[in-house]
Amino acid sequence: MGADAWLALLADPGSWQERWSDIRPHDLLDWKRPKPYEDMIEAAREEGLNEAVRTGLARIGERPAWLGVFDFRFVGGTLSIVAGERLARGLEAAAASGVPYLLVTASGGARMQEGVLALMQLAKVNGAVGRLHVSRTPFFSVLTDPTFGGVSASLALMADVNIAEPGAAIGFTGARVIKQATYADLPKGFQSAEFQLTHGQVDMVVPRTELRRRLIHLLELYR
Amino acid sequence: MTDTLSVWQLVEMARHQDRPYFGDYVSRLVPDFVELHGDRLSADDPALVAGIGTWHGRTALFMGNQKGRTLSERLHRNWGMMHPEGYRKAIRLAHQAAKFGFPIVCLVDTPGAYPGAGAEERGIAAAIAGAIMEWFTIPVPVVACIIGEGGSGGALGLAVADRVLMMENSIYSVASPEAAASIVWRDNARKVEAAEQLQITSRDLLAMGVVEEVIPEPSGGAHTDYDAAARALDEALLRAVQPLLEEDTQLLLERRYERYRYIDSLIGAAEHFGPKVSAKALAE
Repeated sequence: MGADAWLALLADPGSWQERWSDIRPHDLLDWKRPKPYEDMIEAAREEGLNEAVRTGLARIGERPAWLGVFDFRFVGGTLSIVAGERLARGLEAAAASGVPYLLVTASGGARMQEGVLALMQLAKVNGAVGRLHVSRTPFFSVLTDPTFGGVSASLALMADVNIAEPGAAIGFTGARVIKQATYADLPKGFQSAEFQLTHGQVDMVVPRTELRRRLIHLLELYR
Repeated sequence: MTDTLSVWQLVEMARHQDRPYFGDYVSRLVPDFVELHGDRLSADDPALVAGIGTWHGRTALFMGNQKGRTLSERLHRNWGMMHPEGYRKAIRLAHQAAKFGFPIVCLVDTPGAYPGAGAEERGIAAAIAGAIMEWFTIPVPVVACIIGEGGSGGALGLAVADRVLMMENSIYSVASPEAAASIVWRDNARKVEAAEQLQITSRDLLAMGVVEEVIPEPSGGAHTDYDAAARALDEALLRAVQPLLEEDTQLLLERRYERYRYIDSLIGAAEHFGPKVSAKALAE
């Protein structure tokens, strides 16, 4: 599900105010193979996609919330400089205003085509998450399929309430790579939302149809 | 050195089996090093060695990945690939160093966090994420140096610092060349091409502003002269730590935050993104 569909599902109709959609990715490493990064960005843009993270203010059940929503369709929802910048600005704005922050993730991890600068986004956003916590602003994270690598190892699991979608694959290293590296047979349901609930990483597993109602309740409880 | 080697030769140099490891450096820099073990939750991770000792007349906390040189040692050290317990040990000791005012030195040398089922079951993602977040709160000087391999989030979990340095023939990357090749080509045999595109050498990282200083190695590489490599590392670490010891704690933490918040501004990101947005402006 793309960011636009998540916003339509979660935000009160007409309440979405997108911010910083004008900042755009650039091919800073001059990445050419197997596909030029410039072409990947352009192809996504032609499909009407605006980076792997969109951020802004909305109302959910008439309460204001900052949103950061990943879009897996944009280069696998990968964490890039622009994605990190939008997340950090939203987190800082939430911390400054006390307006709760809602994250919706769907990501393969950090964006290879931006190299180590993509890795640095983990620190950039987690620094901002730390400040959000210090400001005692509520932070909710909805982990959807898939959430891996540099996103699970940065802000996705650092919320006050971690909510996973049923059956979503959530982990650090993907199962394919684990099998390659360790020759291990992985149990059925490995890295599923239910697996992460059993292993203490998420607070609840909530189906999409109940998510908005649950978030409205949480916004009420953490007001 | 870096002038004449190809990117892949540099990767091989960073991974050289005779390259000095954490233990080789710490025995030279901190002769009275006392190792401290365990995360106080469930285990001790041998892939991360941590402890305190006297460094230039004061007590400091040193920690770093230990890869192991013999096969049995490598198995024990898990090739320097940490499990969740390693990141939890690192943060436990960082808080202890903060309590006593000890500066912290992290020497990073890991291909990445361990990609195994057990690590996943025990929450490796949250352990790394938690460590990255906690480093921003440690109110003593923190200096990290990539001494060999700096691979992915597993390395960053030990490298959120006030200053980050790199040994000349070390590498620091968003993912190991093999993993990056596996992601973008679905074929880890394209590792050389991946390494060339990723810009992972010390010179690249210095140009990007991700590290503050590159420490020259003895000609032939650090493995040809451990004592000279250790002296160069020691001098660079001291140069980095000393001014930080003078700094006001609040200012130290503020600057550490800003170091990462605006880390991409040097490479032209500022002109793409526009000027910094202040928290005050955001609140309005």
